[in-house]
Amino acid sequence: MKRRNFVGKVALGAMSGIIGTEIVFGSSMPLEYKPLALQDNDPYKMFAKDKEMVVLNDKPWNIEAKAHLLDDRITPNKSMFIRNNGLIPENIDAQNWTLTIDGESVKQNKTYTLAELKTKFKKYTYQLTLECGGNGRNEFDPPAKGNQWTVGAVSCANWTGIRLKDLLEDVGIKQDAVYIGYHAQDLHLTRDPNKEPISRGVPMKKALMDETILAFQMNGKDIPLAHGYPLRLVAGGWPASVSGKWINRISIRNKEHDGEKMTGSSYRVPKNPVAPGEEVKDSEMAIIESMPVKSLITYPKSGALLESGITLKIRGHAWAGELEVSKVMYSIDFGATWNSCSLEKPINRLAWQHFSAGIQFPKKGYYEVWAKAIDSNGEAQPMLVPGWNPKGYLNNACHRIAVKVV
Amino acid sequence: MAKSEKNKQNFKSPYRLLISGFLLLVVLLAVIFYFYDKAEATLFDTSNNDIEYVDIEEDIDKIENGIHVRTGFIEAVGMQQVINNCTNCHSAKLVTQNRMSKEGWTATIRWMQKTQNLWDLGENEGVIVDYLAKNYGPIKKGRREGLKDIEWYPLK
Repeated sequence: MKRRNFVGKVALGAMSGIIGTEIVFGSSMPLEYKPLALQDNDPYKMFAKDKEMVVLNDKPWNIEAKAHLLDDRITPNKSMFIRNNGLIPENIDAQNWTLTIDGESVKQNKTYTLAELKTKFKKYTYQLTLECGGNGRNEFDPPAKGNQWTVGAVSCANWTGIRLKDLLEDVGIKQDAVYIGYHAQDLHLTRDPNKEPISRGVPMKKALMDETILAFQMNGKDIPLAHGYPLRLVAGGWPASVSGKWINRISIRNKEHDGEKMTGSSYRVPKNPVAPGEEVKDSEMAIIESMPVKSLITYPKSGALLESGITLKIRGHAWAGELEVSKVMYSIDFGATWNSCSLEKPINRLAWQHFSAGIQFPKKGYYEVWAKAIDSNGEAQPMLVPGWNPKGYLNNACHRIAVKVV
Repeated sequence: MAKSEKNKQNFKSPYRLLISGFLLLVVLLAVIFYFYDKAEATLFDTSNNDIEYVDIEEDIDKIENGIHVRTGFIEAVGMQQVINNCTNCHSAKLVTQNRMSKEGWTATIRWMQKTQNLWDLGENEGVIVDYLAKNYGPIKKGRREGLKDIEWYPLK
């Protein structure tokens, strides 16, 4: 009877519905067989993701976590958000994978095999916070175009690889180098081979930081395909789009990199604050660099019913782009009073920090627990959605959960 | 008498055949129905192909509670044009999760035409923009919305 759920006439109809075309000879298809197009369509299986992850988009694949799924100190693959601008590469040949360094500001072009990268240079492992520039976009009013991320487009996994600066030293770069720009093997949505879905980068200062690495492992294993196998640039603390996946070329530029999604309004915010909905000229937009201070309550899950008299233990993570988080506070009265959480130091620079607190509620009723992180420059998360911008980036408003004391 | 008996016999014989044929059919149908989930697809001969075909066609255009099941689009004038023109390169989900005014949707179309190989929509453009702005127009949220859809559970 169970099998009928999958292979009955209705299922066959549904299959063709998903695939978008009639299944020719569908009626003589073996019962156990699922067509390839459909096998490819279960993101949870295909990407080994937690069933509670939320698919925002299936072409291209964009999947986010919920706050409580991010409770691990080191984010496992199953709860790591997936953000794609294009199509995930179809035929990865890691054996013959190469990385070419070129551009106006290299002394000479140089190509390395993946094996050379792994053996020739010293390896480092860092836990690095990667947050999508558009995380929290769904709260902007008027709404901003794009995937409507809520809170779950952030992760902090262990990445192992080589320092980009070690590699660039080996290549030799000129004094006039300004920016690096990556190129990768993903496909444009239109499958037009002349179009790159995304080609972003960072200024030399960020490129040469110790923690900016070319990674070939995530959490001690080969990087999962959706996260950039076999080679990913990882530059923590900046919009995750600079951490290019499936990297096969890095250009050392003598000017700001002008690749896809570097120009116009992509990953940019107004230089000067604007009113909600205001039109902003491209020339008035500036590239986002370090991400703002932010935090997430990962335990308990929102909606907890708590017995009166019991202390609620909350915990979560806080991060602040290039900076460190100096304090995390919580409020149960919508910001009228704030209490300090205990906060751990980051395991390394650009890793998120863990906070926790024990909360006693004065009486029965409905509460919201709000968390607010403050960075080492004294900047705090706002309780309201911060400055509106045309593409809906950088919403670092306080996270909150609902609790009822019964 | 004998003659009429004989007539009866003559009459009965095809009648009986018809009844037993009908019974056989009923039994056969029951057996097929019973073993349906265990049966190999090849058991069904070509006469069943038509039925399958109809099922598939129906499913692609299936509407449930005003929602086009396959894409998630709200059923309204212009939906078919949107499906035909807007879901070739990207998922319908990229449309349905967004909220824009007429101007916003038009600007998005222009951007796709300029950079994403979207074709000239011709006279469909008006229909498409109207559909999108009407069904996927902006919703006022203010500076911060209240928590919604809270699923309560006892915390151990």
